[in-house]
Amino acid sequence: MDSFTPLTALIGGGLIGLASAILWLGNGRIAGISGIFGQLLPPAQTVVWRVVFLVALVLGTLAASYLIPGLGVGGPAGKPAVLVSAPAWTAIPTPIWIAAAGLLTGIGTKIGNGCTSGHGVCGLARLSKRSMVAVMIFFGVAIITVAVTRIV
Amino acid sequence: MAIALKLPYLATAAISGLLFGAGLYVSQMVDPLKVLRFLDFGAIPSGGWDPSLAFVIVPAIVVMFIAVRIAKGRKAPLFDASFHEPEYTKIDRPLVIGAALFGIGWGMSGICPGPAISLIAFLPNNLWIYLVALFIGSWLGSVVIPSGRNRRLEAAAAE
Repeated sequence: MDSFTPLTALIGGGLIGLASAILWLGNGRIAGISGIFGQLLPPAQTVVWRVVFLVALVLGTLAASYLIPGLGVGGPAGKPAVLVSAPAWTAIPTPIWIAAAGLLTGIGTKIGNGCTSGHGVCGLARLSKRSMVAVMIFFGVAIITVAVTRIV
Repeated sequence: MAIALKLPYLATAAISGLLFGAGLYVSQMVDPLKVLRFLDFGAIPSGGWDPSLAFVIVPAIVVMFIAVRIAKGRKAPLFDASFHEPEYTKIDRPLVIGAALFGIGWGMSGICPGPAISLIAFLPNNLWIYLVALFIGSWLGSVVIPSGRNRRLEAAAAE
């Protein structure tokens, strides 16, 4: 278990919670990334804050990688961030594999109304029954998917 | 000026985004392999399992839970007229199917929408393919199933 990093996990999780708390108490908005991203298309009337939030999300990641360099991946001192390769046994080219993952995640989070942040953090904190069901399903299915694809 | 274009409102969105992005980096949830090592329950017997993700999501939920409690005592958030509380509460087929499709996509890649967007900071190979596919998928989903609060409530009322 040398890859287990409880301290940075707790601090990072606290920051994510604080970010969600600020958006809720300040603007009354759920910090659900799939929702913020998925509603960029017209006729969204609220596109400006969504763009501001998403640009800040990228800048926050980049700034943190310079302020606290060398934690895991990314930034000036970290290992390079890499996406997965398709498991060799599937004989599927990696770009197709990645595109399929993105497509399924886009469709799924749209019709299921949320992802790890919207359902997982905000929804569970709001004690939403819909979110509890969604979280159990997407964690369960993801664990099964990893077992079946043997991607790790 | 519309409330959504006022400076305090947009500054709140910016501060929230910055902290969220920093949290994803510090917790190392931007690393798809680290997320996959959590989802790999098959590695529990051999001791190769990485439980870090659970240590990220629990404090995040606790902090947000406190914010939700504080908000219960208020009529409105600081910079808008009301809380945009999801009003749709039915556990229906789109929720179940959507969560399952997302679970497959997440297990295939180790990335969910938050880390995917924050990874623009580090630009790993194939990230743009994922992001374009995410956007197209999100658009396709909104064609199949009514999206947005009003349409969702209308669809529920029509049943």
